Amino acid sequence: MIALAIIIGVAAGVLSGLFGIGGGILLVPALALVLGLDHVEAEATSLLAIIPVAAVGAWRQKSYGNLDVRSGLTIGAFAAVAAVAGVALVNVLPVEAVRYAFAVLMLYVAWRMASSAIKQLRAGADPALPDGQ
Amino acid sequence: MPSTRISQLAVLGIATGIFSGLFGVGGGIVLVPLLVLWIGFDERCAAATSLLAIVIAASAGAATQLIYGNVDLVAALTVGIPAVGGVLIGTWLQQRIPVAMVQLLFSVMLVAVAGLVAFQ
Repeated sequence: MIALAIIIGVAAGVLSGLFGIGGGILLVPALALVLGLDHVEAEATSLLAIIPVAAVGAWRQKSYGNLDVRSGLTIGAFAAVAAVAGVALVNVLPVEAVRYAFAVLMLYVAWRMASSAIKQLRAGADPALPDGQ
Repeated sequence: MPSTRISQLAVLGIATGIFSGLFGVGGGIVLVPLLVLWIGFDERCAAATSLLAIVIAASAGAATQLIYGNVDLVAALTVGIPAVGGVLIGTWLQQRIPVAMVQLLFSVMLVAVAGLVAFQ
């Protein structure tokens, strides 16, 4: 089971580096289903595990010349405060209904991301080199 | 930073925080597409900025959870140390894949996450 948790950990890190996400999408299930933590512990533990992962990822991106430090810090500070509001809203909003709306919104965003990516790929002007902003 | 820029970043941060608090999804899933589609960052800059924002937001969240005693330190190290290795591979790989291809793969992941959010 430990070996499986380690493998999922590596996979979560790869996704994190590739896509700029925390990796909780894989870490939470690994902690809950593989290591047997309950849901609250798994979410909390994932948050802690994500910190060094995101920090190392951000540091690597900085050396590749892709990181806008001030934007990242500003967004992060607002997000940290707003997350508290988000958690509070869970008790106020009809979360089940909002959940489906959020899923549909994500599908729409996926379609927008994909069509813009395909347009870029067709245009062909896409060197696989760090190119800043 | 010009003030319009700061207010844009504030809106990004607030949207990211509320959605992640509300649905338990990571901030990056929300933030990266907003940076790409709204601010016009390329996929690499968006990922880089998102990772730094996650460090700040996750630190605040983890500090709260540590106080509540919900964090399992051994389990965090068990998945966290391999994940640090993974992120080195992931960022290395990302510099070698065309940005548009990374963006396309991201949209595939978004569809999977939308499914998880809807059916969890």
